[in-house]
Amino acid sequence: MQEPKTAVNDTSIPMYKEQNKKETKRRISWLQPQKAISKKLYLSLSVSSFILILLVWSGLTYTQIVDPLFLPTPTDIIHSAVTLFTELGFATDILATISRVFVGFLLALIIGLPLGILIGTFKVVEAFFEPVISFVRYMPVSAFIPLFILWIGVEEPEKIAVIFVGSFFSLVLMIAVEVGNVRKELLEAAYTLGSTNFGIIKSVILPAAMPGIMEITRLVLGWAWTYIIVAELIAAPSGIGHVIIESQRMIRTSNIIFGIIVIGILGLICDVVLKIVTRKLFSWNYGR
Amino acid sequence: MKPKVTIQNIQKVYKGKTDVLAVDTINFNIMENEFITILGPSGCGKSTLLRMVGGLEEQTSGHIYLGDQELVGPSSNRGMVFQAYSLFPWLTIEKNIQFGLKNKGMKEAERKEISDSYIELVGLKGFEKHYPNQLSGGMKQRVAIARALANDPEILLLDEPFGALDSQTRLIMQELLLNIWEKKKKTILFITHDVEEAIFLGSRVLVMTSRPGKIKEDISIELSHPRTYHVKSDPAFIKIKDHLTELIREESLKAIELEVQK
Ligand SMILES: Nc1ncnc2c1ncn2[C@@H]1O[C@H](COP(=O)(O)OP(=O)(O)OP(=O)(O)O)[C@@H](O)[C@H]1O
Ligand SMILES: [Mg+2]
Repeated sequence: MQEPKTAVNDTSIPMYKEQNKKETKRRISWLQPQKAISKKLYLSLSVSSFILILLVWSGLTYTQIVDPLFLPTPTDIIHSAVTLFTELGFATDILATISRVFVGFLLALIIGLPLGILIGTFKVVEAFFEPVISFVRYMPVSAFIPLFILWIGVEEPEKIAVIFVGSFFSLVLMIAVEVGNVRKELLEAAYTLGSTNFGIIKSVILPAAMPGIMEITRLVLGWAWTYIIVAELIAAPSGIGHVIIESQRMIRTSNIIFGIIVIGILGLICDVVLKIVTRKLFSWNYGR
Repeated sequence: MKPKVTIQNIQKVYKGKTDVLAVDTINFNIMENEFITILGPSGCGKSTLLRMVGGLEEQTSGHIYLGDQELVGPSSNRGMVFQAYSLFPWLTIEKNIQFGLKNKGMKEAERKEISDSYIELVGLKGFEKHYPNQLSGGMKQRVAIARALANDPEILLLDEPFGALDSQTRLIMQELLLNIWEKKKKTILFITHDVEEAIFLGSRVLVMTSRPGKIKEDISIELSHPRTYHVKSDPAFIKIKDHLTELIREESLKAIELEVQK
């Protein structure tokens, strides 16, 4: 009983340990590749990037280093926003743009989803459709716009057609790939549990591919926002793109910038909502 | 007694740039309630053989019968457990186990009753509502076994189901499976490259040659049941183990030579 006590009293042991502690420095965690950082740090860094942009912008404009015709001040933008909404009916333009995107995109999804699933599932369908769709996909939508105007005019159907064509082919091909990547073992397991060729589409292929399909939807919807603006820039009686091109004619730079910011915000909202919905619906796919 | 499964002159050639003869003229019968383990060196065609019995791979020639009926393609009368985790990640444990029953059109209440009993059997009570990604490797394989059994197949086919597990978990899973077999009197075909596992589990061990896989030896394991891990230190067990280790070693060396020649 006496012996361990002497060992504890032996001061050389703790001394040695302490020295050792000093020598092995802990690595700085944010310099470690892929290492997670605290939520607070993450958030404050994200916010500060916006603040930095705002600071540089203010610095350049309020001091009049830059001609306000090229880059108006933040206050100008706010003024623009107010006049656009109160006097120029900007809300209806925003609604027009949103409804075009949604109608066109939904149509593309309604037809593209089943087609993509069939292409990804059955080689015969793939052999028939895939080459044509791959070919069309690489034709830029914006180049089709003059053709569409010629065929269907400048009214709503033309705008919707642009969104449809812009989203449909990408949707189909990406969904087909996602569906085709469903793990073979899952299909085999289902067969040995009595699934039929068609039953397996509903019970295995669809649920397995669903999170990926949602991701694809989110991505392609993001692209659709850019197509609609292009369509509205060329010829449109209303819409955010229309406001932007009109403002250019009248040299209202701050209106243009506000329009662009609104598009960015709309796209971001869509993205975040879809991301949250996907995580909620398919929690089994995202970690523990 | 008539055999439950008859495997007749089975041959498998994988067509490709160079054709691969994976399985060569295999013949054997599986009797009711038999626990057959197939032991063979890596790459000898074990999975190919099992997948042909399961109907997931088509034999180039030969026939497989379940009773009098010739087998073509997969069906719920042959349950399979794979090495890689093949649980449906979007379904809870309970729904995974009920998957085959739902295919049969069974009512919810009845399905629940059956899945509960199998969850109990594999010792996963309390995990009914968990998703596969919340389970450890060993637990996932318990679910895979329960899922295959819940369908009440004529024969259970397992392809190195414990190959990815650590040795402790592996032993526990071996005892669990053996226990289920002793209780439920199932017919099982089990593939492994682990000599101890083959002897411990099997009532009969079929040893395969290196590729192209043939049956090299067919040994009955007369160790009494119920078996626990203690049987692994039994002199009779060790004697069989020595013999089989030697056989597998020979075949593995051949397989390596074959690789080197290429
Ligand atoms: N789909 C395939 N196409 C071509 N060759 C294949 C295919 N599947 C397997 N083979 C070949 O057939 C042989 C037997 O393969 P198999 O997977 O049946 O062996 P195994 O005994 O299960 O091997 P392991 O111990 O690695 O699981 C191997 O040489 C393999 O390369
Ligand atoms: Mg194998």
